[in-house]
Amino acid sequence: MKNNIDIDITIPSHTRYLRMVGTIGEKVAQEIDCPDNIRESLPGQLAVVLTEGLVNAIKHANSADPDEEIHVRINVTNKNLVVRIYDNGVGFDLDSVPTPCFNSNGLEDKGRGIFILKSLMDTVKYIRTDDGNVLEMKKKLA
Amino acid sequence: MDIKMELTEGITVLYVREDRLDANNSEALKVELRRLFESGTKDLVIDLKEILFIDSSGLGVLVSGYKNASILHGTLKLSNLQSQVKSMFELTRLHRVFDIFTSVDDALQSYR
Repeated sequence: MKNNIDIDITIPSHTRYLRMVGTIGEKVAQEIDCPDNIRESLPGQLAVVLTEGLVNAIKHANSADPDEEIHVRINVTNKNLVVRIYDNGVGFDLDSVPTPCFNSNGLEDKGRGIFILKSLMDTVKYIRTDDGNVLEMKKKLA
Repeated sequence: MDIKMELTEGITVLYVREDRLDANNSEALKVELRRLFESGTKDLVIDLKEILFIDSSGLGVLVSGYKNASILHGTLKLSNLQSQVKSMFELTRLHRVFDIFTSVDDALQSYR
């Protein structure tokens, strides 16, 4: 079966839409034809990736301004799943986000979102464009 | 946020009756935990039986509670982690930090 899915979603910059976009991601992943070892975990992983990416855009890039919009694009081919999350905010430096401490002595409340994205996807990039920023995350499907 | 609270043998048990603990609702749990610690609660079990989805914000609130309980020389233990929640704990290595039980009864038993 050929994977050829391209979905565009635009939402207000608010966390109330996390459930909706996460659910769409789950449904998309269930339709993807890929090896068994990827297919089983993909719906849950895509829901997490979309949630973490959106929260990052809402809270950090867009400074939690609900008047801003966030644009999400999910593109699936036979080779790759690509998630792009576009924001219009001030952005952030992906490389400056430290890996979270795993010991109980140095535990931080925050800072696991980017680590989760990097763990679940093969590549994670945050790119500045002419009219904003895009968080681009790819996962190989074959 | 729908939270049911019970006090059993001096241990406060919080049943989080939501299907998600994410950036949209985790602050409410943080506020409730803060209120409990400020009112003298030290030992706490949070039951996550109904939580089917957690994100890093939800994990962060549980970590915050764990740290606050430790500062007060108390404990924060968890019970009934569903599969997605368990996966997120393993991914972020937090399963090595928290005492996690398969049921509230088992968690309470650990205090006896």
